[in-house]
Parts: sequence; C-alpha cells; structure tokens
Amino acid sequence: MTTPETASPAAFGDAQSIANDVSSGTRTAASVVANHLDRIATHDGEVHAFNVVTAERAMDAAESIDQRIAAGEDVGPLAGVPVAVKDNMCTRGVATTCSSKILEGWEPPYTATVVERLTNAGAIVVGKTNLDEFAMGSSTENSAFGPTHNPWDLDKVPGGSSGGSAAAVAAGFAPVSLGSDTGGSIRQPASLCGVVGVKPTYGAVSRYGLIAFGSSLDQIGPFTTTVADSATMFEVMGGHDPLDSTSANQPALAVSSKLDAGVDGLRVGIITEMAGDVIEGIDADVIARLRAAATALEAGGATVGEVSIPSSVYGLPAYYMVAPAEASSNLARFDGVRYGLRVDGANTALMNTASRTGGFGPEVKRRIMLGTYALSAGYRDAFYGKAQQIRTKIIEEFTAAYEHFDVLLSPASPSTAFALGDKAADPMAMYLNDVCTIPSNLSGQPSMSVPFGVGDDGMPIGVQILAPLMGDVVMFQVAAELERVANATNEAGA
Amino acid sequence: MYYTVDRGPEVHEPSIPDAWELVVGLEVHVELSTKTKLFCGCANHFGSEPNTNVCPTCLGLPGALPVINAAAVTSAMRLGRALNCEVKPSVMARKNYFYPDMPKDFQTSQYDQPTNENGWLDTPAGVRINIERAHIEEDTGKSTHVGGDGRISSAQYSLIDYNRAGVPLLEIVSCPDIRTAEEAKAYVAELRGIVLALDVSDAKMEEGSMRVDANVSVRPRGSDELRTRCEVKNINSLSSLGRAIAYEAKRHISLYDTGDRPIQETRHWDEEAGRTRSGRSKENEEDYRYFPEPDLTPLVPSVEELEAIDASLPELPGAQRSALAEAAGISAPDAGLIVERGHSQFALDTIAAGADGARVVVHINNNLAGGLGELTPELFAGLVQMETAGDLTSTQTKTVLAQMVESGGTAADIAAAKGFEAMDTSELDGMVDDLISSHPDEWTRFCEGDEGDAKKMAGFFTGQIMKATKGQADGKVIAQILNSRRS
Repeated sequence: MTTPETASPAAFGDAQSIANDVSSGTRTAASVVANHLDRIATHDGEVHAFNVVTAERAMDAAESIDQRIAAGEDVGPLAGVPVAVKDNMCTRGVATTCSSKILEGWEPPYTATVVERLTNAGAIVVGKTNLDEFAMGSSTENSAFGPTHNPWDLDKVPGGSSGGSAAAVAAGFAPVSLGSDTGGSIRQPASLCGVVGVKPTYGAVSRYGLIAFGSSLDQIGPFTTTVADSATMFEVMGGHDPLDSTSANQPALAVSSKLDAGVDGLRVGIITEMAGDVIEGIDADVIARLRAAATALEAGGATVGEVSIPSSVYGLPAYYMVAPAEASSNLARFDGVRYGLRVDGANTALMNTASRTGGFGPEVKRRIMLGTYALSAGYRDAFYGKAQQIRTKIIEEFTAAYEHFDVLLSPASPSTAFALGDKAADPMAMYLNDVCTIPSNLSGQPSMSVPFGVGDDGMPIGVQILAPLMGDVVMFQVAAELERVANATNEAGA
Repeated sequence: MYYTVDRGPEVHEPSIPDAWELVVGLEVHVELSTKTKLFCGCANHFGSEPNTNVCPTCLGLPGALPVINAAAVTSAMRLGRALNCEVKPSVMARKNYFYPDMPKDFQTSQYDQPTNENGWLDTPAGVRINIERAHIEEDTGKSTHVGGDGRISSAQYSLIDYNRAGVPLLEIVSCPDIRTAEEAKAYVAELRGIVLALDVSDAKMEEGSMRVDANVSVRPRGSDELRTRCEVKNINSLSSLGRAIAYEAKRHISLYDTGDRPIQETRHWDEEAGRTRSGRSKENEEDYRYFPEPDLTPLVPSVEELEAIDASLPELPGAQRSALAEAAGISAPDAGLIVERGHSQFALDTIAAGADGARVVVHINNNLAGGLGELTPELFAGLVQMETAGDLTSTQTKTVLAQMVESGGTAADIAAAKGFEAMDTSELDGMVDDLISSHPDEWTRFCEGDEGDAKKMAGFFTGQIMKATKGQADGKVIAQILNSRRS
C-alpha cells in the first residue's frame, strides 16, 4: 500500500524540534507557520480537517514571536509551534461553531484557558478543526459542514468526534492539535489516524471555554506525533484553573518526568473484557496489536497479567444515559435568543423550537431527546439513576484493579478506520466504536492511545493505556516505551 | 439603624366563615446582597444600566463555567442558622426549563440536598411556623415587554436585562402552617427583621429584593386534609400579601360552596383590581428534570465554619423583643415595633439610665417614628424622669421631646425655656388610696416584691395617676404618698 500525499505526520518536524529551532533562531516562526499554511492550502481541500484557517492571525502571531525572540526573550516551550484547535473551544474573535449550523458565525468574546496557556507558551493557532456536531459522533461525519477524511485513506473516516484535529496532525497541517474527549473522542480518532492522543485525568486540564457536551465526562487533551510532545502540551495546559470549579487544585502533573524511565518492574494488566469475545465486535488484528504491545512491555521488564472489569460491558449503555442527560441541559441555551441561529416564530416558544429544529442536526436531536427522556419524572431513577450506579460500580472495579496493576491495557478502537458512510445510518453500530474508551470517561481515570502498528488493511492501530486517577505520569512512562518499540520496529521494517 | 416597615393597614381579616380554615405556605425569595453574583465576578447591583453587569458566565455563553461565590454560601448558611435550620452538606442542581430571561435555559438551584432544612420561626405573637428548607439559587434576568398590554402574549417585542441574572437568592419555603392572613404578614415581617439583623439583604419588597409567593388553600375547620392550592405571585407589599391571601381564600370557599372546586394553578395578584387572576395552569406540572450540577462540586461546610457562623449571629429580633419586654415590663409583642425599627438598644440604654420602661416604649412608638435626631439615651431618660415625677404633663413632654430630637439639650433647660411647670396636686391622696384598693395585687408587689418589682409597680401606680390626671400630677408627690402608705 502506498502512503497518500495527504498523510505526512510532522511534515515540518515535531513540536519539540520546531520549538528548538525557533528558539535558537535556526528557523523563524513565520517560516514554520508559512510551511504549514501552504500544506493546508494544498491538501485540506481533500482532507477537510479545518472549519476555518486563521492564516492572517497566525502569520501576525508568528512575526510577533520572531520579534520577541530577536529581542532575546524566552517565549516558552512551544515557541512557534502551530496548533490546530477543535472547533468546540472558544477563541476570542474567531468563529467557534461546534460544526453546527446553530452556532455558525458566532465569535466568542473570550478564549478557552487551554488555548490561552498554549499561546502564552509560544504556540500559534492556525485554525479551528472539524468535529461531529457538538462532539457527538465517532466519525466526524455528523458535521454540518461536511465530513473530514482520513489522511491515510481519503475514503475512510478519521474517527471522531475530534476527527479534524486527529487528521490535521496526521496530515502534517500542524504538529500538534487539541481535542476533547467525552467518550473516546480523542483516543479513537488518534488510533484511526496513527497519532498519539491523550485524555488526561478528569480535572487535570481546565474545561473553561470548552463548549460542554457531557460536563462530568468532557476532558481536553492533545494530539501529537510523539509522546514527548503530548507531555509538553499536557504540562503547559494543565494545573489548576480558578475558572473551572472541577479542575484539580494542584499544579500540572510532571508527565515528562519519566519518559526515559522504561517499564522495568511495572505491573501491566490487560482488560479481559476488551481482549477477547466478552465485548463483541473487537477485530482480531486489533487484539493482536494489543497482545504485541503487552509482549513488548514484558520484554522491557514489566510483568503482564489480565484483569477483569466486569461492569465495563455496561459502560456503553450507562454512558448513553449520562452523556445525553447532561447534553440535553447543556444544549438548552441554544435557543435563538442571545446568539447563533434564530428562526422566527409567532411567539418565544415557537421561535425557540424553530431555531433548534433548524439549527441542530439529527444526531444532536437524537441525543437531546434521549437525555430529556432519561431525566424525566418517573424515568429518572430507572435511567439516569441506574446509570450513575453503574458508574460507581465501574469506578470501584477499576480501583480494585489498580491495587494489583500500575497501568491497564486495552484497544483504543475496536477496528481500524472504516469507510465513510459505512455506519452513518446505524447509530448503534457507530456508538459501539467507543466501547473501549467510554469506561475511562465514566471513571475519570486518564487514558491515551499510542500508535502501535497497523491492521490487516494497512491502517493504523492504537493501543490504549489506562492509569489510576492522577496517575498520568506512569501512563506517559508506559506510552514512551511503546513508542520506542514501535519506532524500532518501523525502522527495522523500513 | 432605622428601617422603613410596610406593615400595611391593620386589615381585620374579611371574615372567613367559621366553618373554614385557611392553610397557607409561603415561598420567600431573598436576594443576598453580596458584592458579586453567585457564579461570576460581576457586580451584584440594582439599578445599573441594562446589561452592564454581565460576563460570559452570567450570560450563559457557550463554554463559560460557574464558580460559586463563597460569601453567598456563608450568607445562606447564616440565614439558615438564624432560622433554626440544620445546615448540611449540599449539592447544586440544575432545574431545566426554557425561559428567555434565563440565559442557560436552566436555573442553577438546589434540589434534594439543600443547604438548610427543618427550621422554624416564631412570630412576635408566639406562633411557630415551621420552615421546610432554605436553598441557594440564582436569580433570572428581567424582561420588559413592549407593545400590547405589557404582557408577553401581546407584546410586539421584549427587552431583556441580564444584570439580575446570576444574583444569589435564598428561597425560604415554609410548611403550610399559616392559618390567617395576619399570621402570614407577621411571618414575612419577622423573616425580614431577621434578614436585616443579619445584614444579608436589603430585603425591599418594592424593589424585588424580597419576593413572596403564597400557596393558599382552605379546608373545613377541624379537618387536617390539604386541599388543592393555588400559588399567588406578584405580591409587592405586606398589605398586598394579606389582601391577596384573603381574596384567594374567599374565592376557594365560594367555589366549594357552589359545588365547584379550585384547580391547581399559578395566579397573579392584581393590586388595582384587588383580585387574583389565573396565570399558567399547573395541572400539567412542569417537569424540571433536576440533576446534580456537574460543573460545581458539593458544598461541605467544616465544623469550624459552622461554629464561626453560629458565633457570628447577632441578637435576633425575637431575642431583642424578649430583652426589651423584660426591661420595660411590657409584653414581648408590644416590644415588636421598636425592634422592627431597630431602636431596641436605644430603649434599653434609656431604661438603664433610669427612665420608666413603659413610658420609654410609648414615646418611641408614638413620638419618635421620624427618627431619633439629636436624642441620646441619657437626655431621653432625663425627660422621662421629669414626666414620671410629675414635673411635666404628657403633652408638655411631647413638646419638649420634639425639641430635643431637633436640637439636643436637656429636658430641664428646654422645659424652663418654654415656661413649663408642674401642676397642683392637692387631691392626690384620695386618688392614690382608691387606686391601691382597686389593684391589690400590684400593691402587694410594690410592698413585698424585690427592688425591681417595687420600682416597676411604682411606675405602674404613677402611670395610672398620670393617666387619670392627664399628666397634671407631680410624680414626686405621688411617690411620697405611695411610700407613706406602705409602712
């Protein structure tokens, strides 16, 4: 299989090399940004990773960084690094749409904390990336502005909902990008696009400025081409934010600290339910790569065992009560009164209805109805209440598992990238894409997808590493080991 | 401190027929007067230009998040403790419904775990009204409907001011323990007194910083059933509260009398027409789909925090009334007005300076409604002593008092300047003897009681003589006669 021109991760170097070059004056931020903008202009017509490219702003920012560097200033660990931002994070003065008609053209008067922290560290926003509308989906086909294509095979999906951000990194449009993960929306597209994708511990990274889908599940994280770049992004973005009451009251976790430590003596557990036929529909080539990853870690000195998380099989149904319930409330504010689309009606209530009917796509409507139903009088205990019980049970089972293991392993996605249109008409088939990733959102634990080879179709496969709450450091430690093994294998193969 | 109190005219409750009993529960919203709003740093200020105290959070912009105002939580807990509530770990919850002046289309409130539960309040008349809960929530914005008759249904367009959106509220929900319109008014007045004593709100009904909704039903006297209730809104004063409840009760009774029955609904008090009007029907009670607010963490007060709150509570109106009643020898309800006006400490200081308590109370109630001016407790006590000694008649006293309020100065100087002198007292012997024989109990207390009792009774006899002589008698002479009869 020949690699298409659209796939070129780190086309102009990874974030670390760019920041080094820009800080040392080897390259200018302006040239780095111009390279990426050119590549976007050439190839994004095919990939459609971006809803908007902020070329002019990006060049202005790059010039300002170059001036500061020329003046001898230290502009930060991401000096001149282009970053693509998922279009559900607020950026002052730049349209933020959630890939929905209901927000088309809305320009927030403020910027999300994560974006502010990245740009304060020298990063440069090059555009806002496509997503499944309001982050609801696993293929980025539910976008009001058309689907994103997988850079490795344009007939296939990039995964979702952060498909635009995953594709942007795989396509070399930016060395790093931001996604949000409510049920797997970073890890699954990372797996399908062959890049690193991290969902930090809930509360480790501020959500301020992220347009909420399921508030108790949403977490922002990076897409990068290397584990080290993800660690840098995490450290820049993380740490307490007084504007987010659910952000942990502690400094950013030092996830770079153990990247070179290896895995000798670590205890690694494979989640039984996700490595066989307990949860149906996980492809054999995916499980084979998982086993290969475990073997590689064993070779590095880790002990490998299996552990059962029995309630994980109920994760999917529990998630499809909790997330839509919260979404039904979070998305109520899109009512045509203050911003976004307004469709006139004879009175306020009819205007609300017309605006929402015209502004939301079918998947968003489906989830609002599902969530409204789950919270309704007479049903709440049976649906929302029961789902919260499952959530508690899953947390207990993971807590027990971490008494015996430092990290757990599972697939990130049950399959490699599937063809555009394949599952678009079958919501249940689409929902099953998140079966391996959802339990971490319900429990709040950190997890990430690291590329580890390809499937029978030659498309990328990621392995998911899970760690206890605030155990992001050991998760990165293991990820770095898998990356070393994967790189060594690639070089040997090449 | 001087409070304007809208007590309303003394309405003698339009007779609810004896066969019926009124059942009322009140929901009182108190706006907490914190510097900033409940979930953001915007100013909590009444009367600013529309939409000037707003930010992404209180406008409910996508992506903005709430951060709870610790001062508002403290105020809520203080008010809860002052209402004898249990203050518990609590959880904010979302109450979901669509309304244009509610930016998020949900109200962040509390549901099954409110901050304050199971309290009570005693009215000045000694009636205990139980309080179910007092929970924290945010206020909405304010709509102005332009065109038509000013209501949303006929408006051409509506203007929304979000300055009030996110202002902290405490909603205090009473049990349906209130049995008369007067009791309802007394409950709200007492609650307002407590709020003012705690200084957690300015509690102005006319500005909407204190809002009262009344759940009204009636039942046959002697029954303990709870019949269909109507929630009456748009009540802007205490007198409206009394009239709205009385109107609504009579409406229910006449429905039952004609074989009909009220339907559960929200009704609006029409002040001009003096009646309630049907609002939205509550037959299909709105489903608010409450669930815990995921953007906020639970509120868990520490033991130290609760102890500090209890220690910070000032003397509340009930305790102030008891103290004043004790010192002045009057009943606790009679001390009510002075406490409401914030003059109880002044009264206590005047009594401590040697003035007769009952006279002090009478003067403050009747002659000092306009404020204290230049008056001090010491000067005031001097005046009251002259009055009780018979050196001034009550009319003269009133004149001197008015002058003292305006310019200060001692009673003696002002009386002298005005040429007031004590009156002839030749017939007092017989009057005192008559009084003694008609009040044997008081006489016994005067003769055999402790010093305080004797003093109190001396005041009593002096007062009676003063009353009979319309203030013409000389108090010193009365005292001499009383003492001569004791031995």
